Amino acid sequence: MTKFDQAIYVSGLNVSFGAFSVLKNLSWLVNFGEVKGVIGPNGAGKTTLLDALTGKTEYQTGDIVVRGRHNIKDANEPAIARLGLGRKFQKPSIFSGLSVFENLEIALRSGKAILQSINQLSPHEQKKINETAILIGLSDCLGKDAGTLAHGQKQWLEIGMLIVANPAVLLLDEPVAGMNGEERTKTAALIDKLKGPEMAIVVVEHDMQFVETVCDSVTVLHDGQILVEGPMQAVKSNQQVIDVYLGRDSENA
Amino acid sequence: MLRSSEKFAVIFFLAGSLLVMASFMGIETSTYLMNLIGQIAAFSLLALSLDLIWGFCGILSLGHGLYFAIGGYLVAMHLVKVAFEKTGTPPDFMLFMGWEELPAYYFGIESFAYLLFIVFVVTLSVSLIFGYFSFRSRVTGVYFAIITQALVYMAMLFMFRNDTGFGGNNGMTGFSEIFGLNFRENKTATVLCGISLAVLGLSLLGCKKLVDAPLGRFMRAVKEDESRLRFLGFDTVYVKLTAWCISAILAAIAGLLYVPQVGIINPRVLSPELSIEIAVWVAIGGRGSLIGAIFGAVVVSGLKFILTGLVPELWPFILAILVVGIVIYLPNGFSDGVKVFSSNARSLVSAPHRKLQS
Repeated sequence: MTKFDQAIYVSGLNVSFGAFSVLKNLSWLVNFGEVKGVIGPNGAGKTTLLDALTGKTEYQTGDIVVRGRHNIKDANEPAIARLGLGRKFQKPSIFSGLSVFENLEIALRSGKAILQSINQLSPHEQKKINETAILIGLSDCLGKDAGTLAHGQKQWLEIGMLIVANPAVLLLDEPVAGMNGEERTKTAALIDKLKGPEMAIVVVEHDMQFVETVCDSVTVLHDGQILVEGPMQAVKSNQQVIDVYLGRDSENA
Repeated sequence: MLRSSEKFAVIFFLAGSLLVMASFMGIETSTYLMNLIGQIAAFSLLALSLDLIWGFCGILSLGHGLYFAIGGYLVAMHLVKVAFEKTGTPPDFMLFMGWEELPAYYFGIESFAYLLFIVFVVTLSVSLIFGYFSFRSRVTGVYFAIITQALVYMAMLFMFRNDTGFGGNNGMTGFSEIFGLNFRENKTATVLCGISLAVLGLSLLGCKKLVDAPLGRFMRAVKEDESRLRFLGFDTVYVKLTAWCISAILAAIAGLLYVPQVGIINPRVLSPELSIEIAVWVAIGGRGSLIGAIFGAVVVSGLKFILTGLVPELWPFILAILVVGIVIYLPNGFSDGVKVFSSNARSLVSAPHRKLQS
């Protein structure tokens, strides 16, 4: 395995807010072709990890290398996104006053140079938008205002906005939060379709069944550090994981 | 509602051109009325410029009087110099200061083409520098509004000084003619009014084209969710900066049209009150509706012209009640009211059909 198979390589990452340390000397690897789940109790540092990866939060020490060669230490959010990191936020974050088509169009244009981004759409780009709309199941709603979509459809639209820009890495923060069973199945099928040798997908989720369905391997974060890593089957039976996370979950349920 | 922008643009442009033609055919008009319409047209352009960035890009400026004043002061310099050269009477501020000639920066400003050029250059430089540093530092919302207000206040304090060569607290007046037309002639007011209306029409059409273009969609996206756009790989600084500079230039053109019609400029155009009033026009007329902004400027400044004559001491209270009422009942101004009205009308018309069908 060469370093170009590495989609994201994190080494010795430290993130702290004042005296409070959120991620402690974290080292982590996501390879292309892989769907990686990140689970852990609230406050474990899952979202902070995504924040550090996308430039939302500055990190004190450590390195993040994207696609085997880009160190993102001093890059800002747009520059990191143009390296091919697309992020879906926990709360659906779309342009609700614009139509579904316009949302996808803006996402498609966003990764381009400023002057190219205001040209008319080429037939190829039109086709790309239509294909994406079919993939996320919104081809009938292209003219609708995005704000009027159902909650699940908003989540899919946000994923569509990421994939229309041909990302190398998808970071999905709670993609099935607030979805019903049928919507969850559809989302799982969508992630399955997106999976491929040139794509790495990271899923942060609390729904264990969903994680087990879509993820090849799982990282359990606890207290800013990696507790265990491996296939879901092995992780589920790990006593430490049951103690800090899964066990608590079943008590609640 | 949106499609009507183009219709209004054409109406303004044609009305303006007709007025200019009529004046050259020697048709007499009421100077008072022409002045009133021309001034309101200049205010409408100012409202349009603020709506472009506030209503479409979500950037509230409470200091747009700054750009209005840049256009206004530069055209006043032009008019003062022309008057000095033609009549030989020096402007008041030269007499106060005991100056024999105009300061060096009046060089060349007697040429109208140079005036247009320098208005463009000064406005663009100021808006570009201020915009770049604010947007790059990600100053937004109310913090940005406060900075714009501080900037316009600073400019006002500077212009109140008497030794700057811009007339100090008395301002600049005593204009004699503009492109060869004497201000005493009836024709001049008509021509200026016509030009103001025509420029308003062209600007409205230009703004409409802009907000419908891909750039306009990015502006709306910035307004909706700027950080989403950044995480998609788009550097929002440049969209905001482009919208900001276009808006500043439109405001400067408004000032350039306004000052010859009122015959005077003084530092009070830089007072925070005027800048806030612009925001009031847009809020009342409807943010995010180009026609709405113009409508707001026409209604509020029209009411102001009438009511400050009739009941001057009540005007601030009337305006305050109007603003509070609009904010509470029609959050998007009159353009909301029109939508509510037209959808009610439509449902009244279509209701019987629905009954028949069921």
